[in-house]
Amino acid sequence: MTDQTTETSDGIPGPDGAAHVIDTEYQIGQDNVEGSVGPFGFDIHNPVFMVSGAAIVAFVFYTLALPEQAGAVFSWLFSSVTKGFDWFFIGAANIFVLFCLMLIVTPLGSVRLGGTEATPDYSYIGWFAMLFAAGMGIGLMFYGVSEPLSHFASSMGGTATEGGMRTDWAPLGAASGNEAEAMRLGMAATIFHWGLHPWAIYAVVALALALFSYNKGLPLTIRSAFYPVFGDAVWGWVGHLIDTLAVFATLFGLATSLGFGATQANAGLNELFGVPVGSTTEVVLISAITAIALVSVLRGLDGGVKILSEINMGLAFVLLIFVLLVGPTLFLLSLFWDSLVAYVQYLPALSNPIGREDVNFSQGWTSFYWAWWISWSPFVGMFIARVSRGRTVREFIICVLLIPSIVCVMWMSVFGGTAMYQVVTDGYTVAQDAALELKLFKMLDVMPLAGITSLVGIVLVIVFFVTSSDSGSLVIDTITAGGKVDAPVPQRAFWCIFEGAVAIVLLLSAGGLQSLQSMVISTGLPFTVVLLLMCYAILRGLMSERRNT
Amino acid sequence: MFQKIVVPIDLAHEAALGKTLQVAADLARSHKASLCFVGVASSAPGGVARTPEEYDAKLQSFAASQTAQHGVPASGHTIISHDPAVELNKALEKAIRDLGADLVVMATHVPNISDYIWAGHGAHVAAHSPASVLLVRDQDSTN
Repeated sequence: MTDQTTETSDGIPGPDGAAHVIDTEYQIGQDNVEGSVGPFGFDIHNPVFMVSGAAIVAFVFYTLALPEQAGAVFSWLFSSVTKGFDWFFIGAANIFVLFCLMLIVTPLGSVRLGGTEATPDYSYIGWFAMLFAAGMGIGLMFYGVSEPLSHFASSMGGTATEGGMRTDWAPLGAASGNEAEAMRLGMAATIFHWGLHPWAIYAVVALALALFSYNKGLPLTIRSAFYPVFGDAVWGWVGHLIDTLAVFATLFGLATSLGFGATQANAGLNELFGVPVGSTTEVVLISAITAIALVSVLRGLDGGVKILSEINMGLAFVLLIFVLLVGPTLFLLSLFWDSLVAYVQYLPALSNPIGREDVNFSQGWTSFYWAWWISWSPFVGMFIARVSRGRTVREFIICVLLIPSIVCVMWMSVFGGTAMYQVVTDGYTVAQDAALELKLFKMLDVMPLAGITSLVGIVLVIVFFVTSSDSGSLVIDTITAGGKVDAPVPQRAFWCIFEGAVAIVLLLSAGGLQSLQSMVISTGLPFTVVLLLMCYAILRGLMSERRNT
Repeated sequence: MFQKIVVPIDLAHEAALGKTLQVAADLARSHKASLCFVGVASSAPGGVARTPEEYDAKLQSFAASQTAQHGVPASGHTIISHDPAVELNKALEKAIRDLGADLVVMATHVPNISDYIWAGHGAHVAAHSPASVLLVRDQDSTN
């Protein structure tokens, strides 16, 4: 563009310029191959599409051909990553939270994504619905009841040591026998895993991508965020590697959750209608979810993904209000406040990366969660970036970090709170003792209109999967098209179907999903390094932007 | 008979437009009509331009070069789309209405089997636009 910019030696426009593009020789789409297979056109980034496609097929074959060996390898990888690097995950996640909070209060927060003149692409409601549905919708359905209950129960149980090592799963020092305190600690620990930290992880990735494509004019793909670090080398193999890893983590992350989601929806349908539990039902469910997702991706971002996300947010809100009003309303309202206070109070201890005594909790829960959120971050972050043009950095962080965190506190307080109330006041422990996928339904069981609310629960689970699957297909399609968002439509249909097929194949093989999920989570480790570099890149990028005054 | 001729174009495939541009310019001259080139850009950086503003600048200069070449008045109109791959048809339809076009001239490929699944953009515009539509095949059917 023509604005006056003071160029620094590495080609990044200086702080006097408006939001303007990095001067690079790279032309978007220059490494792409265009053509057609039969009647279907394609436009793909050569190494990234081929390498990630081939690697995915190879990994699926490996897990199918040698299930035991693959299972052992991946679970070893998984446990060494989450146990050996717990300090790294916990420390890095703290840095992301502080980094985001810093951006809110400093003048850098007034930089607008897309340049000073840009206007937001979406209304607040549509935007928020989409980032929430992609970010964690599905997890809330399953952990909303189960996680507060688990931490509550383990805290009530108190601590146990063997050979100087804690063998219990309670957070921090537990709260042996003290119901009120165990509840507070349980809620604080749950919110810790679903609040500021995960959303800060997403916000870092999303902000980096949005900044480097909308303000700097680089392609909308993960590698662009590394331009300040690697310079023009990001268009070479370093970049191919980063993008391929992102495609890999996204596809397997989606396929494994699609598989687990089908298992969970099946359990709910069995509970409600007596639909048989088994691989036939699950295959039918995955095919149906993939088919709906296919319609949604073919209808595009505004006609499909956005509408489904809004429907979902509306339904989830109705369910939340229903449980709040029909459940122990006053107790839940005060629990919401107490949980917030408890979260703030326990936050320093929970986020301490070193010298933890509660090893099972900090490695088995916290470190696992951080690795999980981080391995999902390329997908969610890229999707958030896609819909966030026109927002200022401050607005962006508040809406991606603070508001979702508050919603999570609300959700966890209402669902977890009702379940804990049932245990403490009514002595109803069926939900507490049920399998993970059934806890929500067992809790709804003893409330009025259980048939309807459970059905709403199942619909929510399924639609949340559809929204993950369609937004995931869009993201993978964009990355494998070298950042082009206008690649031929059959290409995104391909990824959507491929994802469903991988999920079905893995579901039918014994332990396939489990071992690949371990592998996906292991990709959290290299991505943590990637995210730390992104923080640096964001700072460099923001400092060269014109601030709104 | 015609006053405003809209010509939807894809700047990424400028080279393939020759025949369409010639037809549009001839019609504009004989009807004393003005030409309006419509292009669709995504809000994310693309192959043609890295920002929507850059796209618009390219489209305007394309229109100016057409004026110079054919001696007919021409302008450019940029549509920004979130998801150009699927929103193109609807966006074109809207632009044709908004611009008050009475004739649309656009390039289109010779139909093939995939048109039964995804109709081409030309087919959609012809089916839904209030204006007259002239679809120019990229090659003669006799070839």
